[in-house]
Amino acid sequence: MAKAQPGGRAASIPLMGHEVEPTMFELSVRGRSAAQFRTTGIEPRALDTMVPAHHLNPEPVITADLAERDLVGHVTRLTHRQFSVDLGAYPLGSCTMKYNPKFCDAIAADPGLSSVHPGAPASLSQGWLALLATLEQRLCALTGMAAATLQPAAGAAGELTGLLLMRAYHEARGEVRTRVIIPDSAHGTNPASVTLGGYEVTTVASNERGLVDLDALRAALGPDVAGIMLTNPNTVGLFEEQITEIAAAVHDVGGLLYYDGANLNAIVGVVRPGDMGFDIVHMNLHKTFATPHGGGGPGAGPVAVSSRLADFLPGPKATRVEDHYEWVSPVRSIGRVHGWHGNALVLARALAYIEVHGADGLARVAQHAVLNANWLRRRLAAILPAAYDRPCMHECVLSATALKSTYGVRALDVAKALMDEGFHAPTVYFPLIVDEALMFEPTETESPQTLEALASALESIVERASNDPASLHAAPEHTPVSRVDEARAARTLIATEDAASR
Amino acid sequence: MADYLAHTPEEVASMLAFLGLTSLDELFMHIAPAVRLAAGNELPTGRSEPDVAQDFARYGRANRATGGSLVCFAGGGAYDHEVPAVVRSLASRSEFVTAYTPYQPEVAQGVLQALFEYQTLVSRLSGLPIANASLYDGATALVEGLNLAAAATGRSTMVISSGVHPHWRSVVRTFARGTGHRVVEVPLVDGVSDWSTVDVDQAAAVVVAYPNYLGVIEEMDVAARHAKDLGALFVVAGDPVAAGVLRTAGQWGADVFVGEGQAFGTALSFGGPYLGLFAVAREHVRRLPGRIVGETVDTNGRRAFVTTLRAREQDIRREKATSNVCTNQTLMAITAAIQLGWLGTDGLRQVGIASATGAHALFEALGDVAGVEPLTRAPFLREFAIRLARPADEVIAAMANDGVLAGLAVSSLTGGADGSIDGDASRVLLVAVTERRTSEELDQYVESMRKAVR
Repeated sequence: MAKAQPGGRAASIPLMGHEVEPTMFELSVRGRSAAQFRTTGIEPRALDTMVPAHHLNPEPVITADLAERDLVGHVTRLTHRQFSVDLGAYPLGSCTMKYNPKFCDAIAADPGLSSVHPGAPASLSQGWLALLATLEQRLCALTGMAAATLQPAAGAAGELTGLLLMRAYHEARGEVRTRVIIPDSAHGTNPASVTLGGYEVTTVASNERGLVDLDALRAALGPDVAGIMLTNPNTVGLFEEQITEIAAAVHDVGGLLYYDGANLNAIVGVVRPGDMGFDIVHMNLHKTFATPHGGGGPGAGPVAVSSRLADFLPGPKATRVEDHYEWVSPVRSIGRVHGWHGNALVLARALAYIEVHGADGLARVAQHAVLNANWLRRRLAAILPAAYDRPCMHECVLSATALKSTYGVRALDVAKALMDEGFHAPTVYFPLIVDEALMFEPTETESPQTLEALASALESIVERASNDPASLHAAPEHTPVSRVDEARAARTLIATEDAASR
Repeated sequence: MADYLAHTPEEVASMLAFLGLTSLDELFMHIAPAVRLAAGNELPTGRSEPDVAQDFARYGRANRATGGSLVCFAGGGAYDHEVPAVVRSLASRSEFVTAYTPYQPEVAQGVLQALFEYQTLVSRLSGLPIANASLYDGATALVEGLNLAAAATGRSTMVISSGVHPHWRSVVRTFARGTGHRVVEVPLVDGVSDWSTVDVDQAAAVVVAYPNYLGVIEEMDVAARHAKDLGALFVVAGDPVAAGVLRTAGQWGADVFVGEGQAFGTALSFGGPYLGLFAVAREHVRRLPGRIVGETVDTNGRRAFVTTLRAREQDIRREKATSNVCTNQTLMAITAAIQLGWLGTDGLRQVGIASATGAHALFEALGDVAGVEPLTRAPFLREFAIRLARPADEVIAAMANDGVLAGLAVSSLTGGADGSIDGDASRVLLVAVTERRTSEELDQYVESMRKAVR
């Protein structure tokens, strides 16, 4: 096996020690300023000659007043209190925290793309329209779909867009359908989106293999079912092997299949949702296509559909017309789902990633993501068994049930201790159907050496569970702060500087 | 052939052997062959970064970017403000850029504290005590505001001024397909909301834009009174740059503030990623969409930050949640906080005043140009609408040849007849001026317009 290399883990001891960083408001000294503006040469005017006095705020809104050097120091110190993919392995299941190529950031920084006004006429933004049309084509090729919208700003926005497309499709056929089926292992955004789409949620249980129970599904189906939302591979990291039977059953009652693309990284370039029978597919470009997560966003959640749904897509869309591109709205469009054209610079990064990889490279992405996850599952089998003991896809859900019953060490303790070892924690307590779940998604970009270092760290943690469980309850110790009092945060709700008693 | 994988063929073979396999394809053998891609998809094969860079350089050259050869007078929710090197540099720190949602606070204090500072700034700009940690953009923030209003009042009628950006109203109508909200749009007369036309007894929300999308500073007490009469929440779609000089939404009695935060440190970016600003009165905190960061202490008593009131969120409340937002626009929120730190109190005010000064100077200079008439005489801050003797899209095309992005054709935003414009919208041009426009550029604009509108 590969030797564990220290480079695979981040040194979690903060460079700046454990000192609390003041807020920018605590650092502020009224009268200081960093701002510099162009010299406009325009004759100054008093505000009250331009705006009726009763609209003017008698008091300035106080922000924070800093010299540039102090602003740089403050923000840089904050960055030293933050884990990131660039720093070390981030095996956070379901989130696909793979390496984000710097090339894609450089593409997005080109002023030829970043300095274009979104309301400029199409004749002045032909490059952007061509880029967006090309991305739409690529995403359709990868998913086996006919057309796509690039407007949704994140996965959840894509889900809701997809459900509104489902609704528009049924309504156009004069059908009233009220329910959408989701498995009990689904991401929380699924049921929330279903409700906002105006549907009722019907939950179907998973079977003992962690997959959709086909009999339970058939029992739940009926003429009032608008469709089903599925993640495949599902949230326990397993492929729904009966997907063609599921698709046939849903289509038989006139329902549509919605593919939640959260786990597309497992199959990109290898299996297409369209070939499985899906009608609507959203993709999280910030997962599969490696656009940076930005600490929680921006993402991008394009939605691709089969030909029978294409006319309902949000618009307008960049569309090739003879030798140029125009904005064209599909004939029965549900309308806009974003203020402009979607998270354009995220879309540009994703296209750059797709073009570099191509069909062959993307297939290797899926293959290596699945290889890494299975290797880790197998490597940890003796100490943290998988919830479902068979080959997984891009992530594996392990269970700390035995540790909990034997030593009182919970999944949360393992996750927190792993941060002391220089790795980000896995996702814990999700999916809800697995007890003491630890969900690892190593992604394809972590090397065998890093995986070995991660496995060794987990081994040492499990060993500590038997001889020093208290130390795990106290972990992490070598991070900028130790465990935080979440109950107090909710009880006191100090969400701004002005609510804090400084 | 390019990718970002570390594995050597020997390592792959060794890992496969550990799993009792001999090829990568075997990892997918439990998937039915009918579903597996046999012949490959229609994608081209991979190419190196420098090769792909050539494609993107072509895309870039096929655009007319602002800055170099095109002076920007376009606004409509996307503005050409100063973004200094220091903000670009700090906002591109990879610790922020390549982090995930701060679910593990022990290793996410950087993002969490930056969001806490952002929430404080949005709270102050909005004049409301609670702000969330960002939403996608202004348009979708408005949708969330309406959903909150529906939950708070148990009603579903939304009364929305046509002074709200036409794209935002389109987004509201789209999502109303799912929620079943009834959307009542209030027309503008001479650029000002005509509330007298509203024929409903009660509503969940009354929405007004401040200033409205045509630049007009609406009379807020009239809108607020209307909200009160209808028992509705008063929702203000505010320009946060205006908040540097105008009274805040909170001072006008707003229950909910929504806004577009692009103006704070984010480039024009062809419309995204931008930043949805969202703040509420305290009584609505438990219906707040998205994440909120709160201050607390760690086990050693040190100050620490953590996402809080998590029980509102979709991953816990599931189908009972009133918002499905998970990923937001954290990086843009952090950027906005850094930009506001750079601007400072006086700088923020200066942006508002300088933008208004330039806008008023241009407005007056255009008064001498034949074929240009003001759409309205109502007061404005930094953006105004004019009616032209020729279609606005023709004027924009002609002025682009002179190196001026003249503004936005209002008909390109409304996409047809709209309650915000009396008569022919195709001749209405929306013009914005920021603190970056100089006297010389204003002269250039006027001369170019003189030729173009003839």
